[in-house]
Amino acid sequence: MKEATLLVFRGDSNGGQTIAYRVPVAPGMVVLDALHHIQGHLAPDLAVRWNCKAGKCGSCSAEVNGRPRLTCKTRMDDLPQDQPITVLPMKSFPRIKDLVTDVSWNYRVNRKIPPFEPRKGVEWKISQLDVDRVQEFRKCIECFLCQDVCHVLREHDKQEQFAGPRFFVRIAGLEMHPLDGRHRAALLKDQLGLGLCNITKCCTEVCPEEIRITDNAIIPLKERVVDEFYDPLTMLFRKVRGQ
Amino acid sequence: MAGVPTSLPESRLGSTLRGDAWWMEILAVVIVLGGFGAYATLRAFENAYYFWGPYLSPFYSPLIDPQHHWWPFSPALLILVGPLGFRATCYYYRKAYYRAFFFDPPACAVGESARRNYRGETAFPFILQNVHRYFFYLAVLFIAFLWRDAFRSFFFEGRFGVGVGTLVLTLNVSLLSLYTFSCHSLRHLAGGKLDCFSCATFGRPRFAAWRVSTFLNERHMLFAWCSLVSVGFADFYVRMVACGTFRDLRLL
Amino acid sequence: MTTNYETREHDVLVIGAGGAGLRASLEALAQGASVGVICKSLLGKAHTVMAEGGIAAAMAHVDSADNWKTHFRDTMRGGKLLNNWRMAQLHAQESPERVRELEQWGALFDRTEKGDILQRAFGGHTFKRLCHVGDRTGLEMIRTLQDRGVQQGIDVYMECTVTRLLTDGGRVTGAFAYWREAGRFIVFKAKAIVIATGGIGKAWRITSNSWEYTGDGMALAYEAGAELMDMEFVQFHPTGMVWPPGVQGILVTEAVRGEGGILRNKAGERFMEKYDPKRMELSTRDVVARSIYTEVKEGRGTEHGGAYLDISHKAAEYVKKKLPSMYHQFKELADVDITKGPMEVGPTCHYMMGGIRVEAETAQSTISGLFAAGEAAAGLHGSNRLGGNSLSDLLVFGRRAGLAAAEYAKRASASSFDNSQIDQAEKELLAPFSNSGTESPYAVQRDLQEVMQNLVGIYRTKEDLEKALVELGKLKVRTAKASVEGSRLFNPGWHLSYDLKAMLIVSEAVTLSALARTESRGAHSRIDYPNVDPVWEKKHNIIVRESGAMKRRESPLEAMPEDLQQILAEDRS
Ligand SMILES: Cc1cc2nc3c(=O)[nH]c(=O)nc-3n(C[C@H](O)[C@H](O)[C@H](O)COP(=O)(O)OP(=O)(O)OC[C@H]3O[C@@H](n4cnc5c(N)ncnc54)[C@H](O)[C@@H]3O)c2cc1C
Ligand code: SF4
Ligand code: SF4
Ligand code: FES
Ligand code: FES
Repeated sequence: MKEATLLVFRGDSNGGQTIAYRVPVAPGMVVLDALHHIQGHLAPDLAVRWNCKAGKCGSCSAEVNGRPRLTCKTRMDDLPQDQPITVLPMKSFPRIKDLVTDVSWNYRVNRKIPPFEPRKGVEWKISQLDVDRVQEFRKCIECFLCQDVCHVLREHDKQEQFAGPRFFVRIAGLEMHPLDGRHRAALLKDQLGLGLCNITKCCTEVCPEEIRITDNAIIPLKERVVDEFYDPLTMLFRKVRGQ
Repeated sequence: MAGVPTSLPESRLGSTLRGDAWWMEILAVVIVLGGFGAYATLRAFENAYYFWGPYLSPFYSPLIDPQHHWWPFSPALLILVGPLGFRATCYYYRKAYYRAFFFDPPACAVGESARRNYRGETAFPFILQNVHRYFFYLAVLFIAFLWRDAFRSFFFEGRFGVGVGTLVLTLNVSLLSLYTFSCHSLRHLAGGKLDCFSCATFGRPRFAAWRVSTFLNERHMLFAWCSLVSVGFADFYVRMVACGTFRDLRLL
Repeated sequence: MTTNYETREHDVLVIGAGGAGLRASLEALAQGASVGVICKSLLGKAHTVMAEGGIAAAMAHVDSADNWKTHFRDTMRGGKLLNNWRMAQLHAQESPERVRELEQWGALFDRTEKGDILQRAFGGHTFKRLCHVGDRTGLEMIRTLQDRGVQQGIDVYMECTVTRLLTDGGRVTGAFAYWREAGRFIVFKAKAIVIATGGIGKAWRITSNSWEYTGDGMALAYEAGAELMDMEFVQFHPTGMVWPPGVQGILVTEAVRGEGGILRNKAGERFMEKYDPKRMELSTRDVVARSIYTEVKEGRGTEHGGAYLDISHKAAEYVKKKLPSMYHQFKELADVDITKGPMEVGPTCHYMMGGIRVEAETAQSTISGLFAAGEAAAGLHGSNRLGGNSLSDLLVFGRRAGLAAAEYAKRASASSFDNSQIDQAEKELLAPFSNSGTESPYAVQRDLQEVMQNLVGIYRTKEDLEKALVELGKLKVRTAKASVEGSRLFNPGWHLSYDLKAMLIVSEAVTLSALARTESRGAHSRIDYPNVDPVWEKKHNIIVRESGAMKRRESPLEAMPEDLQQILAEDRS
C-alpha cells in the first residue's frame, strides 16, 4: 500500500514541534482520515476536532501545506505526493494542544451582534427572490477559516477592534433579511471595525462553503456604511425624507 | 515517528508554508499596473500626439483648453483625476494594489513585514476610499464623452468610414463601459441596498437591475484588466498614428 | 482524593446543545429559570447541524389536505404502532407552531410561490410535509436557536463532558463533568436536569454519526436508575455513502429520493418495485434499507457493495439548487457528479428510536428531577422513525422538557448531594492513566464496532445476538483495563475511554432487547422471527439497572383513546 508522511504539529500553548508520521494511503482518503489513523494507531493523544466528516459542521479546520482548509474535505491525492504534508493548527487563534485552538473569541464577538428583530407589523410572507440572496450567508458552517486567514487578525491581531469576515457574513444575513427592522451600520463602523477590512479577499478564497464573502457581504455592507456616514447626498436625502 | 524539531514559521514578510508560487500574482500586478502607471504618466505630460483625424486619445478626452488660453499644462492633467480616482478607489483595484504594492497581505496566509500600526481603511488616506461612488458618477460622465469620441471616429472629414482606430476606440469604450457598469457601488445603488425586493416600491425592476449588475459585477476583475489594457492601447494607437509611426488602415 | 473542581449552580441544567437541548434551554429561560447548557463539542456542531432533508410539520402549504391527523397517522404507521400515541399526537399538533416560531426568530426556509414555507415529500409521509432550506435544514435550525440562546443569556459550557449524574435519595440534583480542553473537573448543582445528548450510532462501524454519538445520555440516566425503553430499535438509513472507504456511512439525505431520486441495482432494475410497489423509493426507511441490503446480499449490488441512487434525470440546475451539499459532497469526496451519474449508496447506522423512557406531556423520565428530549428520549417514533420527524421532535419535546423542568425547579428544594459520588466519579475517570494494560481505547472501540456491525445489524438472529452479548462482556473487561498515554490536556484517547463505557452500556441494552423481541417490527428484523407478532405489539422492552446489573422487563403499551383509534383507522388504503 502507498504511504504518505504527515508532519503534524504536536505541542501546546508553550510551544511544540512538528512530528513526522507515516500513514497508509487508501483511495479517496482525506487528511482527516490520516489524522484518525495516527490517533488510532500511533498517537492516541493527538488532539483534533471533528464531527461530521462531510464538510457540514466546520470543526476540523487546520492549515494543510500552509493553506487554511477543512481537513475532512482535503483529499490526499490533491496534495503533492512526493513531499511530506504539513498539518498545523490555525495560526490566528491561541493554541491549546496539537491541532486544537482556542476559538472562544469568536463566540464572544457573536454576542455583540443584535439579533433578528422583525419590523413592526410584518406579515410572515416572504418571497423566494428575497430569500435567495440571504441564504448564501446562512450557509456558513462556522469553520472560522476566514477568521484564520484574514490578515487583520492573523498579522495585525486586531481582535479587539475587528469582528472578522465570519461576522460580517452573519450581519449581512441579518441586514439583508427581508423582514429585519434593525440597522447595524453604526455598529459595523464603530465597534466591529468594518473599515479595517481592506477587501483583499483571502476570506473568500478559503471559505469552504464558497460564500463570496467579500463581494456579497463585506462590500455591500461597506456601501451601506457609506450611505449612512460618508455620502453627503444620501444623508441629505434621508434628512429631507425624514428617515 | 522520529521527532523532527521543525519550528513553526515566524511572521516575517513572505513567511509561509505554502508551496505554490503565490508571488506570481503580485508580480503580474506590479508589472501590468506599474507599467501602465509609468506609461500613463509619460503620456499625460507629453501634451502632444493625442489626436489624429477623427481619433482622440481617451487619455485626453474630454479635451479641455488645448489652446492653453488659461491652462498652461497638458490638458490630460485636467481630466486625469476622474479615471484615475475611479480606478484608485475601485474595490477590485484596492485589493490588487494593497496586496502587490503594500504587501498587506502579499498573498493569503503569507506573512507581512514587522508589525506596524495597521489602520486599514479607517484612517487617512484610505478612509477616502469611501467616496468611490462619486468617482463612479464622474466615470459615467466620462463614458458618455468616450462614446461621443467613438461615434465621431466613424466620420472622416464628414464622411462615414471605419478605420482600425475606429475599431480600437469603439472596443475600448465598450470595455470601459463594462468595467464601469460592473461597479460595486452601482450594484448597491441599483438594488443591493434594499432589504426586501418584494416589498419596496419599484422593488421588482430594481431586483432585475440588481440581478443584471450582479451578473456584470461577478466579472468585474476581468473587465478591470481588459479595459486597462484597452485604454492604454487605444492611447498608444492614437499616438503612433498621430506621430506617423503607424498608418491607420481604412477598412471602409 | 483530589477535590479539585469548580462548582456551578443552575435551576435547570441541560446536557446537550443540539436542537432539543437548545430549545429546552430557551423555554426554561423564558420561564425565568437560570439555565446552563453543556456540550461535548463546540456550540453549533451537534448532530442537528448535519440534518439535511427537513423538518416535518403539517402546515399544509403545499398539499392543502394535510393536517395533524394525517401526520399522526403517518407517524404511528411508520412506527408500527409501537409509538407512544400521546407523544405522536402532541408532536403532530404542535410542530407547525414550533416551525413558525423558528421563522419568527429569524430562520429562513425555502418558499412557495405565495410566500409561505415550502414543503417537500419524504418517505412515509402522505403529503408534502418537510419544511426545508435546500439540504441544510439542520444548520438553519441550530444557528437560529443558538444565536437566540446566546442573546437571551444562556450559559454555555462548551467542550465539557458529563460523566455522571449526581443524585440525592432518588432525585437527580447535579452532574459531574470534565473540561475536554484542560482535563479539569467541574460539578454542576441543579434543581432539574434535561438530557438531550442524542444517539448511539458510533457503536457501529458504518454510521452517519460522529464521535459524539456514544449514548452518553442514556448511559447517564441508566446509571442514575432511570428506565430505558425500546432499545432494540436502531434505524439504519438506507442511503449512506459506500465509496471511497473513508467516507463510508456518511449520509446521503433522503431528500434525494424526496426530489425524485431512483434506486437501481447492478442490472439497472428499479428494485423497489419488488419490495414496495406503491410507495417505491419513498417507502419507510426500514423497508428501503432492507431492500438494498437484500439486493446486495443476493449479488445484485454495485461494484462497492451498494445500490445506485440516481437523480441525474432532473435538470442539473435544479439538483444543484435543491441538493447543494449532496452535489458538493459527492463531487469532492467521491469524484461523482450527481447531476450526470448515479451515486452508490448502502445502509448506514443512523438514528436511535429507543432511549430514555419519558412521560409524554412533560418529558420527565422515570426518576424525579430528570427529563429527556430529542434522540436521547424514546417513545415518539415507535419501532421506526419517519424522515423529518426528528427535527420536529426536537422542537416540540425540547420545549416541553424545558417548560416542565423549569416548573419542577420552581417547586424543588435546593440541590444537594453526597460528595462521595464526586470522589468516585473522579477516581473512575482517572483510572485509565494508572491502568497497567497496554491496550489503547481505540483498539477496543474498533472491535466493539465490528461486533455491533456484524452481529447486531439490520438482520438479527438469536445466535448472533447471544454471541454479541458474550463479546460485549469481553470488551467490558478490556475497557476496564485500557490505558491512555499523555496528559489530561485535550487527550482524545482518554476521552474515548469514558465514551467506551457509555457505548458498552447502550450496546448491551440494544442487544438484550433485540434478543428478547422475537418478532420483526420496523427497524428490528429477526431472520428467525420474520413476522410481526401481535403479542409484541402490546409491549415495550424496558431496560433498568438493578443492584448493579442490567435487567430487562416488559411493560404494556397504554391503551389508545377512542378518537385517536378512529383517526388511525381512517383511510386504511
Ligand atoms: C447526517 C444526518 C442527517 C439527518 N437529517 C435529518 C433530517 O433531515 N430530518 C430530521 O428530522 N432528522 C435528521 N437527522 C436526525 C437528527 O438530526 C438528529 O436526530 C437530531 O439532530 C438529534 O438532536 P438532539 O438535539 O437530540 O441531539 P444532538 O443535536 O446530537 O445534540 C447532542 C448534544 O449532546 C451533547 N452531548 C452528548 N453527550 C454529552 C455528554 N456526555 N456531556 C455533555 N454533552 C453531551 C453533544 O455535544 C451535543 O451537543 C439527521 C441526522 C444525521 C446524523
Ligand atoms: S477581505 Fe477583509 S475580511 Fe476578508 S480576509 Fe481580506 S481583510 Fe479580512
Ligand atoms: S464564512 Fe465561510 S470560511 Fe468563514 S466561517 Fe463561515 S463557512 Fe467558514
Ligand atoms: S468534520 Fe465537519 S467540517 Fe470537517
Ligand atoms: S469600479 Fe471597481 S468597484 Fe466600482
